[in-house]
Parts: sequence; C-alpha cells; structure tokens
Amino acid sequence: MGILDVKDVGKRFGGLQALGDVNLSVQENTCHAIIGPNGAGKSTLLNCLIGKLIPDTGSVMFDGQSVLGRNPYEINQMGISRVFQTPEIFGDLSVLENMMIPIFAKRDGSFKLDAVSGFLSHRDVMEQAEEMLVDMNMADKRHMHAASMSRGDKRRLEIGMCLSQTPRLLLLDEPTAGMARADTNNTIDLLKQIKEERDITIAIIEHDMHVVFSLADRITVLAQGTPLVEDTPENIKGNPKVKEAYLGETQ
Amino acid sequence: MLGLNKKDTSLLVAVALLVALAPIILNPFPEGSALAQFNAGYPDLMQRFVIFGIFAVGFNILFGLTGYLSFGHAAFLGAGSYAGVWMLKLLTINVIPAILISTVVAGLFSILIGYISLRRSGIYFSILTLAFAQMSFALAASVLTPITGGETGLQTALDDPRILDGANTTGNIPAPSLFGMEMSDSLQVNVAGWLWTFNVGYYLAGVILLIAFYVAIRIFRSPFGLMLRAIKSNQQRLTYTGLNTRPYMLACFVISGMYAGLAGGLMVAMDPLAGAERMQWTASGEVVLMTILGGIGTLIGPVLGAGLIKYFENIFSKINSNLLHEWFAFLPDGLEDFVVAIIYPFIGKGWHLTLGLMFMAVIIFLPGGLVELGQKIARKMSGKSDDKQTKSTE
Repeated sequence: MGILDVKDVGKRFGGLQALGDVNLSVQENTCHAIIGPNGAGKSTLLNCLIGKLIPDTGSVMFDGQSVLGRNPYEINQMGISRVFQTPEIFGDLSVLENMMIPIFAKRDGSFKLDAVSGFLSHRDVMEQAEEMLVDMNMADKRHMHAASMSRGDKRRLEIGMCLSQTPRLLLLDEPTAGMARADTNNTIDLLKQIKEERDITIAIIEHDMHVVFSLADRITVLAQGTPLVEDTPENIKGNPKVKEAYLGETQ
Repeated sequence: MLGLNKKDTSLLVAVALLVALAPIILNPFPEGSALAQFNAGYPDLMQRFVIFGIFAVGFNILFGLTGYLSFGHAAFLGAGSYAGVWMLKLLTINVIPAILISTVVAGLFSILIGYISLRRSGIYFSILTLAFAQMSFALAASVLTPITGGETGLQTALDDPRILDGANTTGNIPAPSLFGMEMSDSLQVNVAGWLWTFNVGYYLAGVILLIAFYVAIRIFRSPFGLMLRAIKSNQQRLTYTGLNTRPYMLACFVISGMYAGLAGGLMVAMDPLAGAERMQWTASGEVVLMTILGGIGTLIGPVLGAGLIKYFENIFSKINSNLLHEWFAFLPDGLEDFVVAIIYPFIGKGWHLTLGLMFMAVIIFLPGGLVELGQKIARKMSGKSDDKQTKSTE
C-alpha cells in the first residue's frame, strides 16, 4: 500500500479508451514519475487524481480515503497540491499575496468569512509566507506584480505556493514544459532540493527524459492508456519495450 | 485609527470632510449669479449623491473585487425600497427600522438570486442577474400590485396603521423623520450672497455613507477581500489551493445586495415612494456606469462616479435653449444660432449623449476611471514619471 493507490482505473471518451486498467502505487517519500508518448493518457490519469475527471471504473485512494467524486478543493484539503503545466498563479496580486492565500487555505479551511481583520495583520500567515519566499529565493520580489515575472519565477512561485501548504503529495504536471534549458535546470535543482529537504511525496508527469531521470525514484511508463512497465530509472533506460513505445518499432 | 492603515485613514477622513462640507463645496456660485445654475448644493441632489454613492460602493464590492458583473442590482434597490415603505406604513414613520429592514430584505432576496445566478460565471452570470431583475420588475409592476402598488407605486397614506406611532388619521400624512427631526428639515445659512442648506436627511444619509465606506475598506483589506480578488485573478488556482469559491461568491453577492437595499431604504426615507421603475434594467445599468466611470475596484471611484452621473443628470439636463442663447448673446446673431444649434443636442434632454461621449472617452483613454485621472494628475504635480507599482486600491 502506498500513499496513493490507483486501482483498475478506466476512462472512456466516446469511442476512445483513454485509460484502461491502470494500476499504480506511489510510495510515501518517493518521487514517482509517469511518462509516456503523446496521447498515452498521462493527463487524463492526472485529472482523475485531482477531481477534474471521474473515472468510469476503478478506484483512487489517497492515504486510505477515496478521492473519487470529491471537489478539487476538498482533494487539496486532504493534502494533495498540484502544479500545472502552465504556471497557475494569481497574476493580478503581489507575490506576497499569492503566497499568503494557500497558507490561509491551510489554516482556515475551504471557507471562512473573515471580512473584518486586515489580512496583513495575520502575523502567523505573514511570517510563513515570508519564510517560504526566502526558501524560494524570491524575498526581493515580494511586492512585485506576479504577472510581470518571468516564466521560471512564476513556476518557482507556484511550487512555493504548493509547498507552503505542506502537502503530503505534490503533483507536478510537466513542470518544465515550454521552458528554456536554463529555467529547466533551475527547476530541476529546486525540485531536487525540495525532495532532499522535505518529507514529501512527489508524483510527476513528464515528457522530458532529462527531468525524469534526474528526479524519479520509480517510473511508470504509460502507453495507449495502460501501464507498460514500472521500474527504477536504471532499468527503464535499458528496457526495449519502452524504446518501442516511444520510437514506434524496435530497430 | 479604527484598524485602518495611514493611507486608508486619510482617505476616510477626506471622504468625511467632503460629506460634511458638501453643502458649501457644491455651492461655489453666489445665489442669483448667472452660474448659480451649476450649483449642486441643494438637499435633493446631495441626498442622491450619497445614496447612489452607497449603491455604487456596494456594487463595486462585487464587480470590482471578483469581476462578476451583475446586471440586476436594481432589483435589490427596489426590494429594499418596497420593504422600507412598508415599514414606514406599518411600523413607524421613524426611518431607522425602515432602513434596517430594507437592508435585511434585500440581503434575503440576494441570497435567492445569487444562489442561482452564481452557478454560472462571465456573461451567463450577467444575463441571469439581468433576467431576474427584469422578472422582479415585471412582477412588481403587475402581479404583485397588492404589495408593490403596481405602476402607480407604493407610498405612505394617512390611514396607515403605524403601530408604534399610535393611530393618527387627522391632519397631513406624516413625513419620514428621525426621532422627530423630519428628513426634509433644513437649516439655511446666507453668507454674503451664498446660500447654504444643511439638510437633516442629507446628513443622515451622509453618516450612513461613511459607515458603508468604512465597512467597504475593511472588506477590501480583509482575508475575505483577498480571496475575492483571487477569484477575479484565477479561479482555477484558488480551487486547487483548497478554497471553495462558491460560498465566497455568495457572501460577496449578498453583501453587495445589502448595500443596494440600504440605498433603497435611504431613498424612501428621503421620499416615501417606491415604484417598479426603480428595478428596471436601466437602473442596473446606471450603477455599472457609475462604477466604471469612477474606477473599477477602487474604493473612492464608485462614489465619484455616482456623483458625476447624478450631477450630469440633474444639472446638464436643466440647461435649455433659452439659457444657451443667453450665454452666447455676445456673438453675432447668425453665429450665435449656429453655436447654439451645435451644442443643443448635448444638453437638456440630450444629456445622455454627453454622458455617452464621456463614457467612451473614459473607457478609451482612462480605463481606470476618474481615480486614474486623479493619480495621473498627482503624479504630474509631484514631477515623478510613472513608476510601475502594483495596482493600488485607493
């Protein structure tokens, strides 16, 4: 039993079997990568994990509780934070305000009508946000308009926002997609550092092999909606079936 | 002071001073002078300034913070008005219960409309609110005539029960009052040709505007306000950050509706008459214009926008062609007629045309409204070139 158990999950869109009998178990405090060629069902699987899609069959258990049928905000409150393919932040707000929101959500739950106190007067939230900004190396940007930052910084902020909630599971959806090499390497370094310094489980969906092999402890290869193999990075590298899935025919 | 930071405190003090001194500030021209026409310091108009100010401040809590454009806020104004008149009829001619009840009734009404309309966002939300408001208007004008007085409207009568005041069926219909002070009571001061009118109703509405404005500042600066701004910025991120946006939106919608109800209650406190046209879509559109003209998402903007539109409506619309001829009498006859003919469509009944042009100019050149204009002027004055800071919410 892992912290996240996916059992016999299937999802069909009209005539297309996007996922068929996916079984997957993410162990606590590991980094588990899910890779696969385009159209393999990676995003569909991820969306089933965070409440955006409900699978037709099977079950998804997080820490012994089913996530199926729950709203995204409930799943977050269970301890799953998600980083999106394109950084999703609050562009109209300042960096510090961005960082305070997830901390409020963690402290006060999914809804609290506090329309009286000034949000900057919540010392505990403020301090945590400042600390996290220091951890993310962004303390000097705290009053910046979040939308005006570079893509790499937005990604960094988004990861920081997720970490500020001390999630039990961090889901990353192609965190380096569309990034320049330098930004990609920065992000890899950041994720490595997070892995070493924090007790956190990471599930990552990725296209870029460089990223996957630098981070993952276990890799599941998905092809045409079903898991092909699950193994350590070393074994995956030499696996002919994986090559076939990626390159078409074996040569 | 009062749990506000320095900047907000000075803003509140500035508004308080403006409200207190409005009868003097708005009457810059001596009585009887040619320009006395442009004086706005008479009770009826000043009351309208502050009441629509409250309406717009409340509307802006919804539209400015969350970006949800309600096109049916007049329904809450109307519901509040009817509730207020009923209180004046049934309970007492004292305006306090009327104002309180109109706020509460509008709040309850907005729970219902908000709960349904907030299932959608964007244009669909706007259309749903518009549909509800038009239904309310149609109902008030027809089916609900026993409650709303239909097309003639609802007003106080001599034989109303007025339980708390005791039966009184002789003499005149009592005027709304605050512990004996009638809303229409005024103190007139004549200083060297200037005539200043200090009106009870205006000052009551002014004090309530200050309270409403203060509450709006607190909401803007609270965690709740932060979440509302986050909804406007990125609703998806907020959901995946563990926050349930629906109760936030509903609470915001209801607060905003209660402001509208409060404004409706004050309207009937000043003039105990409520008609169905108060709920019509043009009335909803007006508050949208006020907010955009003043500055969306700013604190003071909606108050300024409300003032500007009400000023135009009441002052520009009073200018007629005789007056224009008088003003341009110094020109040769042919030229005088020509100039008057050019200006004429923009004044009097054509004041909407001027307003429309002004609205277009603001949208194109000053998307931040009057507040942006003020900021630009202030920046020019202090000699600083525009420093790009995060959008302030003054």
